[in-house]
Amino acid sequence: MIELSGLRKVYPAAAGDVVALDGIDLVVERGAVHGIVGRSGAGKSTLVRCLTGLERPTSGSVTVDGRVISALPEARLREARRAMGMVFQHVNLLDSRSVAANVAFPLEVAGVPRRRRAERVAELLELVGLGDRGTAYPAQLSGGQRQRVGIARALATEPAVLLCDEPTSALDSATTRQILGLVRDLRDRLGITVVIITHEMGVVREVCDSVTLLEHGRVVQSGRLDDVVTQAGSPLSNALIPVPDVPQDEARRLVEVTYATRTVPTHRALAAVAALGEEVDVVAGTIETLAGLRLGRLQLDLPHRRVAPALAALRDAGLDAREVA
Amino acid sequence: MLDGLLDNPVLTQAVPEATLETLQMVGLSALITAVVGLPLGLLLHAVAPNGLRPLRAVRGPVGLVVNLGRSLPFIILAIALLPFTRAVVGTSLGWQAAVVPLSIGAIPFFARLVETAVREVDPGKVEAAQVMGSSRARVLLQVLVREALPSIVAGFTATVIALVAYSAMAGAIGGGGLGFLAISYGYQRFDTTVMVVCVVVIVVVVQAFQVVGDAVARRLDHR
Ligand SMILES: Nc1ncnc2c1ncn2[C@@H]1O[C@H](COP(=O)(O)OP(=O)(O)OP(=O)(O)O)[C@@H](O)[C@H]1O
Ligand SMILES: [Mg+2]
Repeated sequence: MIELSGLRKVYPAAAGDVVALDGIDLVVERGAVHGIVGRSGAGKSTLVRCLTGLERPTSGSVTVDGRVISALPEARLREARRAMGMVFQHVNLLDSRSVAANVAFPLEVAGVPRRRRAERVAELLELVGLGDRGTAYPAQLSGGQRQRVGIARALATEPAVLLCDEPTSALDSATTRQILGLVRDLRDRLGITVVIITHEMGVVREVCDSVTLLEHGRVVQSGRLDDVVTQAGSPLSNALIPVPDVPQDEARRLVEVTYATRTVPTHRALAAVAALGEEVDVVAGTIETLAGLRLGRLQLDLPHRRVAPALAALRDAGLDAREVA
Repeated sequence: MLDGLLDNPVLTQAVPEATLETLQMVGLSALITAVVGLPLGLLLHAVAPNGLRPLRAVRGPVGLVVNLGRSLPFIILAIALLPFTRAVVGTSLGWQAAVVPLSIGAIPFFARLVETAVREVDPGKVEAAQVMGSSRARVLLQVLVREALPSIVAGFTATVIALVAYSAMAGAIGGGGLGFLAISYGYQRFDTTVMVVCVVVIVVVVQAFQVVGDAVARRLDHR
């Protein structure tokens, strides 16, 4: 559905060129909700801007819904964009238009006749739970309501792809949940492909099927959520299933054990840890259900001389075990 | 006192006539200013480095001409334009003649106000419209102009009020209207009453424009 290959974007600047994207290869399956995470400046926004054709790649190609966005001339690009909907962090509604007129805007652009437009707007506002607010102006809505209008507008032309750049970072946690619930629901009902840019792992945990971690314009890790979280010690696994910090003790060592119940049930994991004996203590840990998996991460504290035998025993039991630096 | 005022033929005839002249002069100039200044202001924004269609070759010269127009004091502009006015209108006297320097003086002023108003529109709104597949013309008219309309109206109000002030100066060099009346009676004949009445009428006219302009801007503003 979305395919990026060798995508590079360089911004020329007097003080040296900025390489915003440095050879991105990425595929997002039809109907997937894909998260793109990374620190500020990692290139996330540049990546979506390349998807919409607002930014031309320096090299590489961008294919969305069978169309090579990166190669289209301006006029064809405008047409291709109608197959995409975009939701912005700051929503970007037109203040001069009522809620209904904002949602109607992309339909006007697409040349939908007035009568049909009105029906569709009513449908969309109903879909996002704002059926009674059509005549209000954006300034009269709360942040969460505005974002829902933004989503309705993005969906107006029945796009195959919904792109969201930090759609919830201006919202409180309850409203974030509501918006993410709506996104998931839309994917389930309409089968659209969704790309969500975010810096909040909570967003990934809540709605994403797959996720990509960007750093300095490169893909550091990418894959289905259940795969990345079971790659013990990987950056995404650490970020998605955080364990509480443990104070370091010079005399002792930390060993981390990771397991997923689809390969090792919890009772066996715990039994293997218990079998290590007296000197080994569990100092931090978390067990949770994510992407349909039950996952556990435990940190064990043990004397230096016990590290090697413990790692061997744990691995024998089918657990992923490693010493924490 | 009031009887004295109403008996004075200058006040009962010349002042209403002059007021009408001022309104005609300002009205026609304002119309021309709007018709030329609005597109000019939009052009200035569109060709700017981060505008819809950056064009250095246009931006530079147009910006220069606009700045030139803005930097000349109106009275000097009006005198310098006398030959041009005569060529266009056929005479350099009367309110019709005054429309030429008034419009030429106000167009750059208004164009800059339009440019500023449009520049204030959040670029995110433009981006959103572009992602929806909007053409440049649609972005310009339905996003930039429409979103900036309250500020554009406020700028137009300021322009019209400046035109009233300029029109008094235009009067000084033969343009007619309240300015001409105030100067010829108040300054040249020491008839303070006529001058005070002219001033009062000008103040009322300016007030009226301001009130109407504010009301329209408020109606358009949904922020
Ligand atoms: N128009 C531009 N001109 C020059 N440099 C740019 C431009 N846009 C982005 N950059 C640079 O490209 C890099 C990536 O920026 P980008 O906005 O994609 O980051 P991001 O991951 O979205 O960050 P954030 O989380 O802060 O939004 C940054 O170093 C940024 O300074
Ligand atoms: Mg960003």
